[in-house]
Amino acid sequence: MRGHDWLQLMLFVGTLLLVTKPLGLYLQQVITPNGKTFLDRIIGPLERLTYRCCGIDPLREQGRREYGISLLAFSLIGLAFTFACLRWQSHLPLNPQGLPDLTTDLAFNTAVSFLTNTNWQSYGGESTMSYFSQMVALASHNFTSAAAGIAVAATLIRGLSRASSQTLGNFWTDLVRVTYYVLLPICVVYALFLVGQGIPQNFKPYDTAQLVQAQMVTGTDNKSQELKEQSIVQGPIASQIAIKMLGTNGGGYANANAAHPYENPTPLSNFFQMLSIFAIPAALTYTFGRMVRNQKHGWTVWAAMFTLFIAGVLVCWRAESAGNPIHQHLGVAISDGNMEGKETRFGIFNSALFATVTTDASCGAVNAMHDSFTPLGGLIPLFNMQTGEVIFGGVGAGLYGMLIYVILAVFIAGLMVGRTPEYLGKKIESFDVKMCVMILTVLAICILGLTAWAGVSKWGLAGLNNQGPHGFSEILYAYSSCVGNNGSAFAGLTANTPWYNYTLSLAMLVGRFFMIALILAMAGNLGAKKILPSSAGTLQVHGITFTILIVGSVVLIGALTFVPVLVLGPVVEHFLMTAGKLF
Amino acid sequence: MKKTVTLLDPAILKTAVLESLIKLDPRRQFKNPVMFVTLIGTILCAVELFRPQHDLGYILQVTLWLLFTVLFANFAESMAEGRGKAQADSLRHSRQKISARKKVANGDLTTVDAAQLRKNDVIVVGAGELIAGDGEVVNGAATVDESAITGESAPVIREAGGDRSAVTGGTRVLSDEITVRITADPGEGFLDRMISLVEGARRQKTPNEIALTILLSALTLIFLVVIITLKFFGVYGSVAFSTVTLVALLVCLIPTTIGGLLSAIGIAGMDRLLQRNVLAMSGRAVEAAGDVDVILLDKTGTITLGNRQAAEFIPARGVDMQELAAASQLASLADETPEGRSIVVLAKQFGLRGMDMGDLQGAVFIPFSAQTRMSGADISGRQYRKGSAPAISDFIGGRIPNDVQAAVDRISRSGGTPLVVAANSKAMGVIYLKDVIKQGLVERFARLRAMGIRSVMITGDNPLTAAAIAKEAGLDDFLAEAKPEDKLALIRKEQQGGRLVAMIGDGTNDAPALAQADVGVAMNTGTQAAKEAGNMVDLDSNPTKLLEIIEIGKQLLITRGSLTTFSIANDVAKYFAIIPAMLVGVFPAIAPLNIMQLHSPQSAILSAVIFNAIIIILLIPLALRGVKFVPMGASLILRRNLLIYGFGGIIAPFLGIKLIDLVVTALGLA
Repeated sequence: MRGHDWLQLMLFVGTLLLVTKPLGLYLQQVITPNGKTFLDRIIGPLERLTYRCCGIDPLREQGRREYGISLLAFSLIGLAFTFACLRWQSHLPLNPQGLPDLTTDLAFNTAVSFLTNTNWQSYGGESTMSYFSQMVALASHNFTSAAAGIAVAATLIRGLSRASSQTLGNFWTDLVRVTYYVLLPICVVYALFLVGQGIPQNFKPYDTAQLVQAQMVTGTDNKSQELKEQSIVQGPIASQIAIKMLGTNGGGYANANAAHPYENPTPLSNFFQMLSIFAIPAALTYTFGRMVRNQKHGWTVWAAMFTLFIAGVLVCWRAESAGNPIHQHLGVAISDGNMEGKETRFGIFNSALFATVTTDASCGAVNAMHDSFTPLGGLIPLFNMQTGEVIFGGVGAGLYGMLIYVILAVFIAGLMVGRTPEYLGKKIESFDVKMCVMILTVLAICILGLTAWAGVSKWGLAGLNNQGPHGFSEILYAYSSCVGNNGSAFAGLTANTPWYNYTLSLAMLVGRFFMIALILAMAGNLGAKKILPSSAGTLQVHGITFTILIVGSVVLIGALTFVPVLVLGPVVEHFLMTAGKLF
Repeated sequence: MKKTVTLLDPAILKTAVLESLIKLDPRRQFKNPVMFVTLIGTILCAVELFRPQHDLGYILQVTLWLLFTVLFANFAESMAEGRGKAQADSLRHSRQKISARKKVANGDLTTVDAAQLRKNDVIVVGAGELIAGDGEVVNGAATVDESAITGESAPVIREAGGDRSAVTGGTRVLSDEITVRITADPGEGFLDRMISLVEGARRQKTPNEIALTILLSALTLIFLVVIITLKFFGVYGSVAFSTVTLVALLVCLIPTTIGGLLSAIGIAGMDRLLQRNVLAMSGRAVEAAGDVDVILLDKTGTITLGNRQAAEFIPARGVDMQELAAASQLASLADETPEGRSIVVLAKQFGLRGMDMGDLQGAVFIPFSAQTRMSGADISGRQYRKGSAPAISDFIGGRIPNDVQAAVDRISRSGGTPLVVAANSKAMGVIYLKDVIKQGLVERFARLRAMGIRSVMITGDNPLTAAAIAKEAGLDDFLAEAKPEDKLALIRKEQQGGRLVAMIGDGTNDAPALAQADVGVAMNTGTQAAKEAGNMVDLDSNPTKLLEIIEIGKQLLITRGSLTTFSIANDVAKYFAIIPAMLVGVFPAIAPLNIMQLHSPQSAILSAVIFNAIIIILLIPLALRGVKFVPMGASLILRRNLLIYGFGGIIAPFLGIKLIDLVVTALGLA
């Protein structure tokens, strides 16, 4: 934990703080159907053309049911399209490597994964996906799933900010505007910057390089062979990376994801990649505060997220800096901390920070191997995902996930001040509480239930490469990541089997659409309520006390559920490591 | 008669112990998911007892403490019910075994038991007799001793027609005879309704209670899944978790503390209202009281004493104070109204000898009349009059002098009532009649304001007077020159703005407003119509009772929220007690996780279970009395309760479990 690391942390936090307000204001204009932005002149005609071609009346509002049906219909079509593209990839253009079709289960898993903004990858990108699959099948979802997440957050914001309203906005308008005004323009500039940092953007076949020293490798069929040359990935990488980060998607172009030099070549690109993960989620707290006419509350939510973020970074960073006591005992790598699975160009701090950021948000891109983290260092990503990725969180998903905790906190604290709980003037009644706890309950059941199944079934155990608590953490991580729509992995698990592909798909679908359905139901219910005036007797939803309350709500309601599994996995592993046993 | 029930009333305790056993019936427990799961867990542990086990003593102890957890929760509920019943019984007792003279079809009277009276029966009650049931006076007037209900010893007048026609069963007629029409069947009076709310037969969950139950049920379900999957994780890790240990962890994690006390808290809120002689028609009304944003109060009788009093004499130019006082006294001698008497009292302070009408020979007294709008006396050729400025102006046949008019205007502006005094054709000066604000009100309204509640005064006075009184009493707003329909309109307006309105009223013309208000408190002395329209009845007929009702409503919600926070926060320590105990056998390396240094795995689990059970008993007094409520802003209340019940809820079980572990170890129980 060296001085310049602290400096970088401050720089990161400072930049995030600076981005929040301007981007938040911009987002507010975007999710307002007739909002004004400085890009109106350029994008406006395109936007109107899209509406005309698709027969959308941008100002016609939808109720919660219609909004939900639109979202689901759109998702279903996207799912089918992507599944088809992947399943029959070899018949499609832009496949210079001649990569074969994906198996049914892998194609389904991948289509679900990108549809749900998870970007869990049971495959290695460069050895599986053609350029067409990457650019059309996957990247399109990177944009639309991010836009859909923001759209759902927008409905909840509208529900809270409108009085006695039966409608929540128009899904198609939200989808189009967020994609056209936010994601596309930023990504164009961002991708150019990444090209400047050295990321390829081309359609060339993969390069081949002669190895300086031939290597003997053993394949899965137990045959050894000598390798003399290396295939080097090419393709439209920069454009993929931009949206992968900005849309908190996280699906890598290459298997090594952001650890690959072509995906994340420099410390500067690393810095901006982390920043772009948090940018929209952080800005949405400002948009939220603005639209509910309580900017202090927006900042309070920001502060609560920030507190949890910093706590996670510090624990993870410290654990990784402390390193592995067994290595130290043997006299290797005493001062370096735990560098296993990390890139030297990022080092301990930037790997720990990246791991925290990517799991706080529902990104899932990795610039180091989480599987190789120390047990406590690996606990932080697990914790972040299990609490629902609400620490800034996924684009849109982070905000609406966090608001579940905020509403529950308001409910309990509201009683504590002696009134029927009110949140931003909306009475919190049994329906709202029911939606919130149903989401938490079903997600917890999904993570724990599927992990339990995997932990005792032959299909589940077949994928394990490590035994004991570490193997347990790998399974737990996979389901936590998929239910949370994160997509990062404790890579030790061999997940490309039909059983894992289908159960993980189930986890991703529940984690995304069950939650969205309930959020929309709650948004509609809240929107129909009156807005009550506040008084000295009303619970104040800003300030330090309320920040503590949100943090407490996440830790007590969200994390208590996972204490036993976290103990059985990382914590036990930590103590065993201290005692000299590794897995 | 002040009805207070001590916390440890032996009779209540005895019934409560019995009741808590009866309530073990699973059909009853099923209504409370948290305790139902606990009961099932207890049964699972009890089953383990019949398998060959080597640590039978440990399993037996855990099973018993789990059973106690359920029993303690039942006990809390029974205690609250018992106290409520005791409270209600003392009210009900008075009306049993009363006989009544009932009017039958041909007009004759027959003697029947009170229990046989039905709605719309007509009874006649004479001096010295008890009134057999709630009803309305249809004929006659009588003084009635209502001390059995209100504790107020001064008799009150009940008469047919008007706003003082309602009588309550169990009160005694002191003089005269009245004819009463019974307005409720036996068992359906206000008191009976209240008793049934306390006893649970008709008790329904309030909206907040339902929402909270959903939250608690969900937490229970989540922890159920945590425990069931833990069994599988044990299989993966080759750790065999015993059923007893898993059940112990489950029961410790689910919110048994609030789950066990939830209904007791609700009932206790009703009890506290009863203690203050308020009958609530539903639990919902009590809860709504906590949410009130605006209260409407009648000026007369609530904010001010019923009548104005003379506060000052202001002599006209050239008239000395002595002269004015004497003239005022003479003009008021015949005035028997409280205002008139207060003038005489004030005059005495100027050294005038007390006078009686008999003292003055040949004096002619002129009483107040609507035509002249003044009163006075003609004594030895001099005509003394007092009245409103325009009336006196007519009397003296000319303009009132400027200085007197100025005084009149000044008094009007400051909310008082000016009376001009004249002797023959000369205006002598002005009497300042002032509304007298009841004592202690200013502080009460300040407390309300701290809670964010606006108080609005309703008065028939002109806006000037109303503003002055509102200012003096510390009210936030007023409605002047109010007609009954204005009240209703005001309530509707506030409700449209999303505010909850409480009001207190007695008259028939208050009934629509009482029905419209979210919390409508009818005075017991009020009309039947008012009582039917409101959702609470104040037996003491004390208009400022509204403030206490609001505080009880708030206290009820605060107690629920605080104990929920406490219950959830407790889980942290329980994890630290039980999880290391469960795993240390297989992974000795995790011993440092046992930060409480509990003696052994068994003592750790047992201690956590004991703590979990005992905390319910320890919190019963808090649940019954309610969390201390200090009127202040929401932010301060939150900070305070978060510190005590949130932070305290994390710390307390660490200490408690450690302490119990020491005892358990010392006694060799595990």
